[in-house]
Amino acid sequence: MRKSILSKVKAAALLLVLTVVLCGCGDGKEGTGANTAGPTTASDDTQGEPKYGGNIVVGIQQDLDSLDPHLAVGAGTMEVLFNMFEGLVKPNREGDLVPAVAESYDVSEDSTVYTFKLRSGVTFHNGAPVTAEDVKYSVERCAGILSEDGKPLQDGLEAVKEVNIKDASTVEVVLSEGDSEFISCLTVAILPKDYKEQAAKPVGTGPFCFVSYTAGQNIVMKKNENYWQKGVPYLDQVEFRVVANTDSVLMDMKAGAIDLYPYLTDAQAKELDNMDILYGTSNLVQALYLNNAKEPFNKKEVRQALCYAIDRQMILDMVAGGKGTLIGSNLYPGLKSYFNADIVNTYPHDTEKAKELLAQAGYPNGFEFTVRVPSNYQFHMDTAQVIVEQLKEIGVTMKIDAIDWNTWVSDVYAGRNFEATVIGVDSTLAPKDLMLRYQSEYGKNMCNYKSDEYDEVLAKAIATIKQDEKETLYKQAQKILADDAASVFLQDPAKLVAVGKNVKGYEFYPLFVQDMSTVYLQ
Amino acid sequence: MRFIGKKIITVILTLLLVSFVTFFAFEVIPGDPATNLLGTDAAPEQIASLRTQLGLDRPVMERYVDWLGGLLRGDLGISYQYYQHNMTVADLLQERVPVTVTLGLLAFAMILITSIPIGILGARFGKKNGTGLFDTGNQAVMAIPSFVIGILFVYLFGIVIEWFTPGSYVSYKENFSRFLAYLITPAAAIAIPKAAMVVKFLKSEISGQMHLDYVRTARGKGAGENRILFRHVLKNALMPVSTVLGVIVAEILAGSLVVEQVFNLPGMGRALITAISARDYPVVQAIVMYIAVLVIGINLLVDILYRFIDPRSREAV
Repeated sequence: MRKSILSKVKAAALLLVLTVVLCGCGDGKEGTGANTAGPTTASDDTQGEPKYGGNIVVGIQQDLDSLDPHLAVGAGTMEVLFNMFEGLVKPNREGDLVPAVAESYDVSEDSTVYTFKLRSGVTFHNGAPVTAEDVKYSVERCAGILSEDGKPLQDGLEAVKEVNIKDASTVEVVLSEGDSEFISCLTVAILPKDYKEQAAKPVGTGPFCFVSYTAGQNIVMKKNENYWQKGVPYLDQVEFRVVANTDSVLMDMKAGAIDLYPYLTDAQAKELDNMDILYGTSNLVQALYLNNAKEPFNKKEVRQALCYAIDRQMILDMVAGGKGTLIGSNLYPGLKSYFNADIVNTYPHDTEKAKELLAQAGYPNGFEFTVRVPSNYQFHMDTAQVIVEQLKEIGVTMKIDAIDWNTWVSDVYAGRNFEATVIGVDSTLAPKDLMLRYQSEYGKNMCNYKSDEYDEVLAKAIATIKQDEKETLYKQAQKILADDAASVFLQDPAKLVAVGKNVKGYEFYPLFVQDMSTVYLQ
Repeated sequence: MRFIGKKIITVILTLLLVSFVTFFAFEVIPGDPATNLLGTDAAPEQIASLRTQLGLDRPVMERYVDWLGGLLRGDLGISYQYYQHNMTVADLLQERVPVTVTLGLLAFAMILITSIPIGILGARFGKKNGTGLFDTGNQAVMAIPSFVIGILFVYLFGIVIEWFTPGSYVSYKENFSRFLAYLITPAAAIAIPKAAMVVKFLKSEISGQMHLDYVRTARGKGAGENRILFRHVLKNALMPVSTVLGVIVAEILAGSLVVEQVFNLPGMGRALITAISARDYPVVQAIVMYIAVLVIGINLLVDILYRFIDPRSREAV
């Protein structure tokens, strides 16, 4: 009896060290710098021709929630399965969607019909060629058309009305209403029609084939010899190994048991001397999110005062060794054609201005509030610590309430029961993903932000199919959020990837993906 | 026999209590396995439907009784965190138990091989050559928790000397000898403080016996020190030591949890920790029950055995 409770206490204590990946951090476009060898970029760090062959071990923090890519939801699962599965289109490292299983596609004038021409010679790992039937099956399955309850398996696919086979190599996807950003949803995996063993022996079209999976331990993949894209992959085998915790992984890396680890912290990077460190961006919007429906944050002046009082550069310096990118609104620089770079410095650090605004709002002596932060994210906890000190200067007392991740999701995110919180939010390649989070009626508008002007601009931005108009409107929407100080937008945190000295070719993506097809050993 | 019957009833009651407390502990803490499985952006209806599939929407008492019934039939239920993989708790533990048990047996063998000779030598020669130094050293080793020794070993043998590669665990299914080789260091980390405990116990038992009348008689008959120690004293001294060893077996089989974490071993300990953070109650329940059964069962066994070995204890109760 006593023993079992003791073990639970021990376990609970250890739990604190386990890190859970939240939104699944993506990667930035260009990696720069290795900690010892001076700055180099990840993409041109080739030093000679790539070599074929060899095996590597990649450390991952979370076990996979499913091997069926349509059922998997965890960001940590998706970034691994990316190596085995492909959709009609797939993202490249510039953040563009390029045809994969499809060879090309057309979008109708009103954005309701997407027509795909299938690439010839694409085969599944089981040797069967990809047919229009498989494509129809995969999209319909994902959209929930094949199931009884009609619920989509992946977000965004509910928009699909029907999938029609035009001829053996042409498939059209018809939407119930026009959506010019829908193409980003068609990265969902193409699977063999009516294959029942997807969850146990997954079959896809990606650069690597499934070998084995052991719960809680690893997933092993081998090179797809018949991959349609010639020249890749280089490696014979990749093992994604679940690491016990973030502390023991450092020892494992020092001993050389892990060749690639994409979740390094700044402190770990300083201790690691036998591996190269590549720097990219996480593609998250990290912010001090303010509940606009709660006093005093319902007053714009108060929110603006916090923006002026918080020194974002100091946060970067103190918690991330100066790495990271400042942002000014609810979009990160990785979505480069939509990112509004002009508003990054809307609120330069200015304590006097902050005090003035507080006095205007009726809080000349400051006020007190609580920030609820998920304690498993050391990075967000550290950020909150620094903000506490900065807000003291304008007489505002911020108390930190460290909560468990599960509590954060149910209470803060879904229940909106908070005054403020520090978190990082990720996105797909569609900018509306992030921007909708501030629309008045949107279910995930955690901050309870309300602005008719914003809603109107955003609706126009989503609706238009003219790319330049879309970009202008999204930039305008970002400016509205910045001017209104909907939250205190902080930064897109740096992403640190540890790679063995002989591991080359790692690419950063502007979303959560660990692409092993370009990696090779020297 | 009445004694054994009584004991067994207490054991069953204790196990019931343990299962009840762990089951209801999860009712109190926030968080939910369905949310954990479906992620941040799951729709409320999706979560609700998964909760129904997992049976989480039923009243807690009903679920407890169900679980208890399953346990009696030998059915531990399904694992929530591996729901999409169609994995039962039994499937999951099948992979984990061999790791923890092999580690425990290896550690126990090390304890036996080292502690008994060292304890005897300590008792035999300790007096002349400075008992103080021997005892102090032993005490110090005893006081270091095994996970600290584990961390030291990983650093020393893994990184400085490079005898083994931390994190390069090989499954017993793949290659049994490499699996065993990887387990040696963690087993040593578990064994060292426990061995020191046995040494201390054995040595003090022997020293205690040395002052008894039968030893003086043996000496009077002209028996040498070695003959006295091995023919007469050791038998008597080892008896109480066997009780300690029994407790140690239970402790290492159940308690190598933290060491598993240090060496990245996929045993019961790691399964328990990930299950708690994923709110995978059936797995947590099963592992807690495993630990409870081991600790309580082995203690019971030692109690019973002791009564057979030493007739005096029968009268004492």
